[in-house]
Amino acid sequence: MSRRTVPLREVASARTGDKGDIACISVWVYDPRDYADVKASLTAERVAAAYPDLWRGKVTRYEVPGLHGLNFVLRDALEGGVNASLNLDLHGKSFSFLLLALEVEVERP
Amino acid sequence: MVRIGAGAGFAGDRIDPAVDLAKRGKLDFLAFECVAERTLAYGHLARMADPGKGYHALIDRRLGAVLADCVKNGTTIVTNMGVANPRAAGRAVVELARRMGLKIRIAVVEGDDLTDTITPDTRLPEIGKTVREHGLRVAGANAYLGIDAILPALDQEPHVVITGRVADPSLFLAPLVHRFGWNVDDWPILGRGTAVGHLLECTTQVTGGYFADPPYKVVPDIAYLGFPYAEVDPDGTAVITKLEGTGGAVRELTVKEQLLYEVHDPSAYLTPDVTADFSTASIAEAGKDRVRISGVGGRERPATLKAIVGFDGGFLAEAEFSYAGAGAASRAELASAIVRERMVHIHRCNDRIRVDLIGVSALHATAGISSHADTRDVRLRAAMRTPDRLAAETLLAEVESLWLSGPAGGGGYRGTITPSVTTQAIYVERSAIELHVEVMQS
Repeated sequence: MSRRTVPLREVASARTGDKGDIACISVWVYDPRDYADVKASLTAERVAAAYPDLWRGKVTRYEVPGLHGLNFVLRDALEGGVNASLNLDLHGKSFSFLLLALEVEVERP
Repeated sequence: MVRIGAGAGFAGDRIDPAVDLAKRGKLDFLAFECVAERTLAYGHLARMADPGKGYHALIDRRLGAVLADCVKNGTTIVTNMGVANPRAAGRAVVELARRMGLKIRIAVVEGDDLTDTITPDTRLPEIGKTVREHGLRVAGANAYLGIDAILPALDQEPHVVITGRVADPSLFLAPLVHRFGWNVDDWPILGRGTAVGHLLECTTQVTGGYFADPPYKVVPDIAYLGFPYAEVDPDGTAVITKLEGTGGAVRELTVKEQLLYEVHDPSAYLTPDVTADFSTASIAEAGKDRVRISGVGGRERPATLKAIVGFDGGFLAEAEFSYAGAGAASRAELASAIVRERMVHIHRCNDRIRVDLIGVSALHATAGISSHADTRDVRLRAAMRTPDRLAAETLLAEVESLWLSGPAGGGGYRGTITPSVTTQAIYVERSAIELHVEVMQS
């Protein structure tokens, strides 16, 4: 076994939802054996620091170990929300792919 | 067991999969969710312009497509298509049923409309201002009602229940409580029923929509996604599934992704009915396109109700123009600079203008991400919000003038001005709500 750095998209899926100016992105590992590694790599602090000009507020991470999921709640993340944003993607539907582009370190044979 | 399906997950959802469910689903209930956060405000504006309007614009087409089958098969329809005018929606369905030769009962739920209670002194906690200080014209206000508003309507044994603003999962939870006789303070079981509603309310998002990402996530027959339904047991555990022969897939992962969709704290999903706890859920495949969900918990419901105040939000102006071939990105950047320069220096426009270069950097532009490839097909998109219609028209005119006055080889102008509404959440006492059920017959 060795440690390898891969884009999150290779080991997990993600889905974005929105409420006002808050984006929430859930992350689900394909293989439960990667859950601990992804959890260790993908901290709330790291997500908050990843795209500071877009995701400008506090990031809270919730863990759902029974389902091998993580849920990130990003405040002040939608350019003011659907009321104010000038982004074509008012709801931030595409933001899951910003998260999936981040690299994580996982164990591989 | 109760069989309950989802017939629409937003105002623009597909109609044919709902028809399939109505014909072949052997459903007890079919719920249509057609109201988004800002839909009510648009509905109020429509009602102000015409007192007979303000309900779901596609109600005739959407219900007309399923009504005869639902009546024939004993499937009760529950829907929030009343939007800002449930009573007018009820009358529209009476007329529709008469035209179709159907004798039906329609129960209309009212009480969510709080527009008359909003004053200039109403506080808007999200921005810490009063309505007066906010300075925008109020379009309307509605509370998110829960099952206690829908249950008295179901007691009338109608063919169709029509509401205005209710919490989306409540459209599904109310029929389950009605049929199983669950206690409305049995929080864990209300939590389980709420999870069923939450999983169904966005239709295809649990059957393979908003999911495909080849080669990692592949969805079979994706152009023909089936709408979901649930087989719910009296203890609230449920199997989420779809009709045989429809496209898409119901898998452990489609259900997991949808379970936390638009959820913040998974252990505290707040609705008017319950504080549902999804964090303890078990999700397991139980056959092809069958996923069982159990183990959801629940605690006491929130004391107050959330309500949304809608405001007239001026205009969103958007204009587009394209450059292609060698140097396309450079020419589009030059065009962008021209538009900005003229809006500020000729037209003295102070509103914020955003210019995206689609093909180089657009949706993720603010994240600092752009394509570094030699992009040869670039679409300039300028956007601005303004209370001033003339300013909106000026942005469109400036982008359109790139035809003659912009860089070489530009074409493909399109421009739109969209009236915009904005929203603010407030919280109201449950005692402020006066529920009313009106029964109509065709």
